[in-house]
Amino acid sequence: MSGTATPVGAATPGRADAAALALIDVACRFAAAGKPAYTAVAGISLAVQPGEFVSVVGPTGCGKSTLLNLAAGLLRPSAGSVQVFGSPLHGINARAGYLLQSDTLMPWRTALQNTVVGLEYRGLPKQQIAAQGREWLARVGLAGFGDRYPHQLSGGMRKRVALAQTLALEPDIILMDEPFSALDVQTRQLMENELLALWQARRKAVLFITHDLDEAIALSDRVIVLSAGPASHAVGEFDIDLARPRDVADIRASARFVDLHARIWSCLRDEVLKSYAQQRAAAHG
Amino acid sequence: MVELRALQWSLLAAMLALWHWVTRNPDVAFFFGEPLVVFRRIWTWFTRGDGSLQIGPGRAGWFTLHLPAEIYPHLIVTLSETVIAFVIGAALGTAAGLWLALAPRTGVVLHPYVKAANSMPRVILAPIFATWFGLGIWSKVALAITLVFFVVFFNVYQGVKEVDPGILASSRVMGASRRQLLHTVYLPSALSWLFSSLHNAVGLAFVGAVVGEYLGSARGIGYLILQAEGTFDVNGVFAGIIVLTVFALLLDGMVSFIERRYMIWRPALGETRRL
Repeated sequence: MSGTATPVGAATPGRADAAALALIDVACRFAAAGKPAYTAVAGISLAVQPGEFVSVVGPTGCGKSTLLNLAAGLLRPSAGSVQVFGSPLHGINARAGYLLQSDTLMPWRTALQNTVVGLEYRGLPKQQIAAQGREWLARVGLAGFGDRYPHQLSGGMRKRVALAQTLALEPDIILMDEPFSALDVQTRQLMENELLALWQARRKAVLFITHDLDEAIALSDRVIVLSAGPASHAVGEFDIDLARPRDVADIRASARFVDLHARIWSCLRDEVLKSYAQQRAAAHG
Repeated sequence: MVELRALQWSLLAAMLALWHWVTRNPDVAFFFGEPLVVFRRIWTWFTRGDGSLQIGPGRAGWFTLHLPAEIYPHLIVTLSETVIAFVIGAALGTAAGLWLALAPRTGVVLHPYVKAANSMPRVILAPIFATWFGLGIWSKVALAITLVFFVVFFNVYQGVKEVDPGILASSRVMGASRRQLLHTVYLPSALSWLFSSLHNAVGLAFVGAVVGEYLGSARGIGYLILQAEGTFDVNGVFAGIIVLTVFALLLDGMVSFIERRYMIWRPALGETRRL
């Protein structure tokens, strides 16, 4: 990745070099026995440039996680294509790291062993693995906790280990599915700032899924709004031209943040209301 | 914890006292035995007489063990049957559980057969095993294996099936091959299920061994109990039951010991050490 910072909002299409990740007109349908096929997403196109931090927000049940599974190669699109640095994706996306919403640490491994599991898969030499693992644990503020098992760590600490596990593989694309949603507000803001600092130092492409608009604006270069499901698609795209480096707590008070929030929320609100009405109808039907 | 231990022991003492007191009446004692006589019987078994045990196949065997008291050959036979059946049954159950869980097509095809074999009252097989393997230890081992196998099999199968899908997805994206997934995700996850099944399995291995002996044998604790029953010797029956129970507890303790060594990552009961 080039050392020069990508200009804010550099997602302008038509750049000569390929996007780190591009979803081109993808649709994803799920077939269940005896039921009509459920279309989770339909006709979504989005691109994440190298070094760009893009967030996707949308109402619950709008297929946000489906999007990430497509990008990770865990799902294959029913239509359209997924491209990684210009070439179509087959199978698992080897250049991506995926931080899931749920707790994905292996309970039978210590924090250090969890951090290095991906490095082990790559078959690196043992000494290098241990050294890199300790380095990454220190980077997420857990030096000295390497011997603890997940059940001996707090929720925030487990998330840090998961972050270290994902970043230790130095992926070119980082996929994050509401990674901090289970944390309390204070821990969450700390983690968001740490994520920004780590990202700032390395500038990988990030596709960040959240239902929290504040989080999306505070972290991202660009925010994409998805419509309510089924067959959800992008309904709005906003460049976030807030200066970096940012502090996620302070930035929320700035006038520009408030202005952006109002604009994106007016777009998102309609979709949230639609989704809410659907859920009510489903509950009463 | 100390008080709880004390409570446990006093409960045992109280039960023995009740047993002793109730069986002062000879009519009751005929049905329930007398604790003092029972323990004297156990003491005699472990101290008096001598026993010999032929080790090896055939009538002559390889060599003959001479043992210091009459119970030892019986105990050695029953424990050998139990341990052999436990090890073989657990190994087969683990292998089959992993195989069927990881090869879904095979799993679907074999599913009704596994179900049928499991719901069959397998104790009925004892006479068949006796005709196949004779009245020595192997017919008992075979019966006990059929009991142990399914408990372990179903637990390992479940353990593999219930692997956290999040862990699986994240491991796959980190580039795990099928073999690496097996080693780092499926096996460790199944292991904790395996250990919880082993406690049941030890008990069932004992059941298989003793029931097998009970239905036809010349040695073993089950044989001793059968002999005692044949002569309305209730005290002998209870003595046999107590010896069996103590050794079942010992084997269970050994499983717990191994479990504690390999399952250090699992929070112990009541331990919530968060930071």
